[in-house]
Amino acid sequence: MRFIRSKGAVAAFGLALSLSTLAGCGDAGSDDEGRDVKADTDAAESLPDGSRMKEIADAGKIKVGVKFDQPGLGFKTATDDIPTGFDVEVAKILVSKLGLDPSDPSQVQWEETVSDNREPFLQNGKVDLVLASYSITDDRQKVVGQTGPYMITGQQLLVKSDADVESIDDLKGKEICSVTGSTSIDRINEQGAKGVGFDSYSECVQKVLDGTVEAMSTDGAILMGYAAENEGELKVVGDEFSEENIGVGYSKKEPEMCQWINDTLTEAFDDGSWAEAFEVTLGKSGSETPDPPELNDCPSS
Amino acid sequence: MDAVLDNLDLYFKAFGYTVALFLVSGVTSMILGTLLAAFRVGPVPVLRWATSVYVTLVRNTPLVIVFAAFSFMAPMLWGPLNFRWLSVHIGGFDFTAFFAAAVVSLSLYTSSFVCEALRSGVNAVSVGQAEAARAIGLPFSGVMSQVVLPQAFRASVPPLASVQIALIKNTSVAAVFGVAEATSQMRSITNDFSSQRTEIFIAFAIGYVVIVEVFSFFAARLESHWRVAR
Repeated sequence: MRFIRSKGAVAAFGLALSLSTLAGCGDAGSDDEGRDVKADTDAAESLPDGSRMKEIADAGKIKVGVKFDQPGLGFKTATDDIPTGFDVEVAKILVSKLGLDPSDPSQVQWEETVSDNREPFLQNGKVDLVLASYSITDDRQKVVGQTGPYMITGQQLLVKSDADVESIDDLKGKEICSVTGSTSIDRINEQGAKGVGFDSYSECVQKVLDGTVEAMSTDGAILMGYAAENEGELKVVGDEFSEENIGVGYSKKEPEMCQWINDTLTEAFDDGSWAEAFEVTLGKSGSETPDPPELNDCPSS
Repeated sequence: MDAVLDNLDLYFKAFGYTVALFLVSGVTSMILGTLLAAFRVGPVPVLRWATSVYVTLVRNTPLVIVFAAFSFMAPMLWGPLNFRWLSVHIGGFDFTAFFAAAVVSLSLYTSSFVCEALRSGVNAVSVGQAEAARAIGLPFSGVMSQVVLPQAFRASVPPLASVQIALIKNTSVAAVFGVAEATSQMRSITNDFSSQRTEIFIAFAIGYVVIVEVFSFFAARLESHWRVAR
């Protein structure tokens, strides 16, 4: 009995040791901190009384919905406190104008929103803002508020480096991988190819690498990230065959948010912080910083 | 409701894939499960042991993990397991590598439940039946196929029906493994028409209910039909 117990202790010690080593590795890996955005208390002071923005600024707390699984846009590993990516950087700029410190998890809570739950989360107030590669569409605007866009992107293809695919026309009738229930799958089908759906883009990358499908497709920005991650094995090809206007989602019950978001974005376009946010995220994979997109007008309330 | 009504062709095609997944995996799992049950009650110790390990292992593994194993792990271990050799196109339906991996995962998973349901049926057949069959000189295969299994099947129609109904609903896991079946289509339509979320959800739930009810109807018919013969 004694023998067994001491063996158990050794095993437990070994396990603890290996766990701590693992945790150590995780910490060493995350050097992407993004931009350092400070809380702007002056801007928070001048928010109109009675507005939702003022309410949030006074409460000192906001919940922002972003994606956790899209490198370059919204990405968070289990060991990170704060997600990284362009969506997140734009969100940081917005919340800083409410006088909140984006690096303080007690002030800014980052919630994972997947494609399926973005509208319900906004409708029942689980999040205050959504910046989760959220395309602006007429149908979505029936149930939630959307404004922007803060980025315009289009769909491209990710194929193996040695593949001789030049555009989506070369893949008519063939299977192309994307995420189940995403807009990307519909666009693939519209172009005459067959969309097959998986749970995440990284699973599609796996399917392209093992040759089950010739290509995967979604926003070029996301594909660039994967191409950079698998340099020499994968490449991005083809012209963009769709146009997505990526915007900010807010609750329809708080229409005053729209003008504030637009004003803040305009300011970020003008003072260069938007361009800087692009450079430290998507710009790293080699894409050039585009001109800021033109913002939609807010619905008159 | 417009979202579904305007896309009825997509709706029916998606449920077509669901039914196809169910039919192919259902038949395969029944055949495989019957074999497993025969091994598990059979006279060969190695087979008895091997099948009980198989059943314990597969029955205790979440279905998503089984799917992941055949979608991501198996192709790395052995080339042909990427199922790329399959490419059948019937009408507008494509049966390719993703469909094959889904069928294999669903069949292997369900067969362990079929085996256990059948084994309970075998246990319901009185020992005297098997002894009498052996006494007239039947080999083990004869005892099983002529005497024990026919009675075991009759006794286990209700649990087998439950297992197959679970299979119908389990096909929805294939949605995130490359098969454009009902759940996957539901998510696509929801993404395009988020203002009609509830209606879309109800429409697809009804589809599943109808399939299960049709299947239950035949299972109940079979049960009452066989009850007379007993």
